[in-house]
Amino acid sequence: MKELLKISKYQLNDVRRSKWIIIYTLFFFAVTYGLINFTKEPSKVLITLLNVILIIIPLVSIIFGTVYLYNNKNNITFLSAQPLKREVLFAGMYIGLVLPLVASFIVGAGLPIIIYIPLFIEYSGILILLLFAGIMLTLIFGCLAFYVSIKNEDKLKGFGLSIFVWLLLSVLYDGLVMFIMYNFSEYPLEETSIALSLLNPIDLARITLILKFDISALMGYTGAVFNNFFGGSWGIYISSVSMLFWIIVPMYFALRNFRKKDF
Amino acid sequence: MNRISAYIVFSFLVTLASSDTVISKSINIGANFEYKEVSTALQIVDRFDTINVHPGKYLLNNFLISKPVVLKGIGKPVFDGSGKNQILLIRSDSVTIEGITFQNAGISFINDNAAVKLDSVKHCKVINNIFKNNFFAVYLAETSNTKISGNTISASSKRETYSGNGIHLWYCKNILIENNSIRGHRDGIYFEFVKESVIKNNISQGNLRYGLHFMFSDKCSYYGNTFKHNGAGVAVMFTNNVQMYNNKFIENWGSASYGILLKEISDSNIRNNLFYKNSSGIYLEGCNRISIFYNDFIENGWAVRLMANSMDNKFERNNFIGNSFDVTTNNIKNYNVFKNNYWAEYKGYDLNRDGFGDIPYRPVKLFSLIVEQNRPSLILMRSLFVELINFAERAFPVFTPETLIDESPIMKKIKHDKASQTAKEFWAFESAQ
Amino acid sequence: MIKLAKLQKNFGHLKALNEIELAIKPETITYIAGPNGSGKTTLIKAILGLVKPDAGEIFVDNIKLNGDCNYRSKIGYMPQAPSFPENLTVKEVFEMLKDIRAKHSDLDDQLVHSFGLEKEKNKRLKNLSGGTKQKVNAAIAFLFNPQILILDEPTSGLDPASSSILKDKIKEERAKGKTIILTSHILSELEELAENVILLIEGKVCFNGSLISLIDKTEKKNLERAIASLMSEAAA
Repeated sequence: MKELLKISKYQLNDVRRSKWIIIYTLFFFAVTYGLINFTKEPSKVLITLLNVILIIIPLVSIIFGTVYLYNNKNNITFLSAQPLKREVLFAGMYIGLVLPLVASFIVGAGLPIIIYIPLFIEYSGILILLLFAGIMLTLIFGCLAFYVSIKNEDKLKGFGLSIFVWLLLSVLYDGLVMFIMYNFSEYPLEETSIALSLLNPIDLARITLILKFDISALMGYTGAVFNNFFGGSWGIYISSVSMLFWIIVPMYFALRNFRKKDF
Repeated sequence: MNRISAYIVFSFLVTLASSDTVISKSINIGANFEYKEVSTALQIVDRFDTINVHPGKYLLNNFLISKPVVLKGIGKPVFDGSGKNQILLIRSDSVTIEGITFQNAGISFINDNAAVKLDSVKHCKVINNIFKNNFFAVYLAETSNTKISGNTISASSKRETYSGNGIHLWYCKNILIENNSIRGHRDGIYFEFVKESVIKNNISQGNLRYGLHFMFSDKCSYYGNTFKHNGAGVAVMFTNNVQMYNNKFIENWGSASYGILLKEISDSNIRNNLFYKNSSGIYLEGCNRISIFYNDFIENGWAVRLMANSMDNKFERNNFIGNSFDVTTNNIKNYNVFKNNYWAEYKGYDLNRDGFGDIPYRPVKLFSLIVEQNRPSLILMRSLFVELINFAERAFPVFTPETLIDESPIMKKIKHDKASQTAKEFWAFESAQ
Repeated sequence: MIKLAKLQKNFGHLKALNEIELAIKPETITYIAGPNGSGKTTLIKAILGLVKPDAGEIFVDNIKLNGDCNYRSKIGYMPQAPSFPENLTVKEVFEMLKDIRAKHSDLDDQLVHSFGLEKEKNKRLKNLSGGTKQKVNAAIAFLFNPQILILDEPTSGLDPASSSILKDKIKEERAKGKTIILTSHILSELEELAENVILLIEGKVCFNGSLISLIDKTEKKNLERAIASLMSEAAA
């Protein structure tokens, strides 16, 4: 495990010095700080932050991850030729990639909030969930970046695939869900709609958060299933467990591919 | 000389006898006193005397008070209805009931059994009493110029059929209902055919159905009340000239639960109220010429649900913050006006720095219409897909009403402090005594 | 001593390594030659564990490769294109490799000094010239005093002076009894260094012997001609 920490440390240093990470951090900072100063309305800041987390974090995580891995292909090859287990190398690269991304988010968005902490005191529950969602989505989409780049030798194909994966999970999937719900509206759809949403990590993060933001609307819904799912705390638990699956499963396949890969 | 002095004495005595400000006497009843029964005391006392009721449990059933007296509890005596019938029935003017704990007025499917019922009387007061587990607590029929204040009313909120209302008024006028707290009844406060009354600073919460429910009750005013966690919120119907100021409608959740449901209400003012975390803040159906100004709609599910048969209502200078849906409607047509409100969701700009947004705001989202038709789609709340279609609709409205638009939304949250309030206490009720 | 037995590697239909039987002589500089697509890169990568063979066995120092990675501490690898994380400094790259190899002492830093890498140690790799990066590449391959050195185009990108330094270093290590495997397109320097030649054509070993015997066999005057003649023979 010592090697893991060492590898992680160097990879981390390499990633965090990238100019894109700095831009990413500044982006979060600018958005959060700007909003707080402009509106002075904590709920508005948090809702915008929610949108940024659901849209930008997956996009940046998967694109940055894919590009980074392709750019460092030779690098990785060289390290694979060292007395270093591939699993350790893989884990070290993953940690080295996601930790700076997570840190950018936490520092960039967190700093303005800490500066204005009195405004946000009563929203601490939501803040924790937002933090959690941002971190999970970074981890998940970082994993997906690994899977895509390891599986695809062709850089262009891999990059396009990454964008497509993002588009699929952030927009197309929900469109499909709505299409299904519209066309099967005669059938009782509550359980189906919850189940479908649980299959998408972005929706999972989103649902965990609307449990807080929109609880008044959700409680105004007739379906008992919704009320049970959303009213009780086990809605949050199920979402969290499902998100873990979205990290574990892609990571398993990515690692498997990495182990067998011919460099 | 004799005749003159006799005359003087005589007229003095006459004046004294006919004056109402004659010094009244009081008698005490209680375990340690000569008189133990209320009935006995009532027979003995003169009009306008006081009966001091000392601690103890008094079993009373349909007890009639037919002369003007003050019935004053000292040290919280208990009047118990034993689960049967009513406790006190007041058929005389100028009766004051004070400081008594009333409990167990009986449940009935035929009669409206109340702990204290006032029937066709005037100038009465029911103040500072405690009401526990009664079917109806305070019931006024055809009564006027009466004050109900400072009472603590609670029941155990069993099923609707087993519960009566907390304060129930029927065909009344000039009633002041003030500083009461009501919980656990079917409706906290219920009015039918009540006029020119004031409901002030009450807390009505945790009732099975409505915290406040009135119909056909014109020209009443509601100030400073809190309606919280009631099963269906507040519902008011078929009434004109309602004044609602500074009330709080909080956390009424459920598909049929509203901060306030307005049905066939017209020419009314709803101002400076707080609608916080309700499933639906305000619901308007068949309403006309209502001014909804200076209210705060905060973190509700649907802030304003405006049904198409409502016309000429005005929404101005309200704050819409953190609601899942600001405004929703059920029709493509709109005959109401939204002006100068603060919308937290507004993403426009103010280049000429006049405090008003330069581009108008459309508060009805396409997604809200989709949800109306297909409730499970709520689960897609705040997804990118939904935001995109909302954006498309906002840019090119096809499904949402074109005229439901705030032409000049305010850029900054509006401060609703008391000083800016322009409340005129119409129909102010002067305490009768 | 590196031995390959019935080594097979296919990429789709292409047989990059076709049942290769090979022993690489220890304490020798071996030049692996062959046209593009002949499998020489694949061969090297198989030895390094970068490519997993479909069939056959590889023995390094009589120990069979079985997916374990520890044998690689005996190998120093200098890839064709120097590749290290671009935002790390030279010093950090050295530290990183030392940490991976868990070896911080008994290091051979002769090349570090002779290439003058000390003064570059705080520069980030992306800011180095191609030549300097190649020097770092070389220095790292030799740093851990490995028993086996695998050098892929070692002098490419180096100026003549550095090229000489490197070639001298290679000879020095050979004199110490190291096993060195080379590939190169600069045949003149191979003439200088190579002792053994292995020629791969279409995944098969066409020649495995000393340089001298190759020239004898083909009756050509230099390595280049000799290899060319063997390749055209094979093509026929």
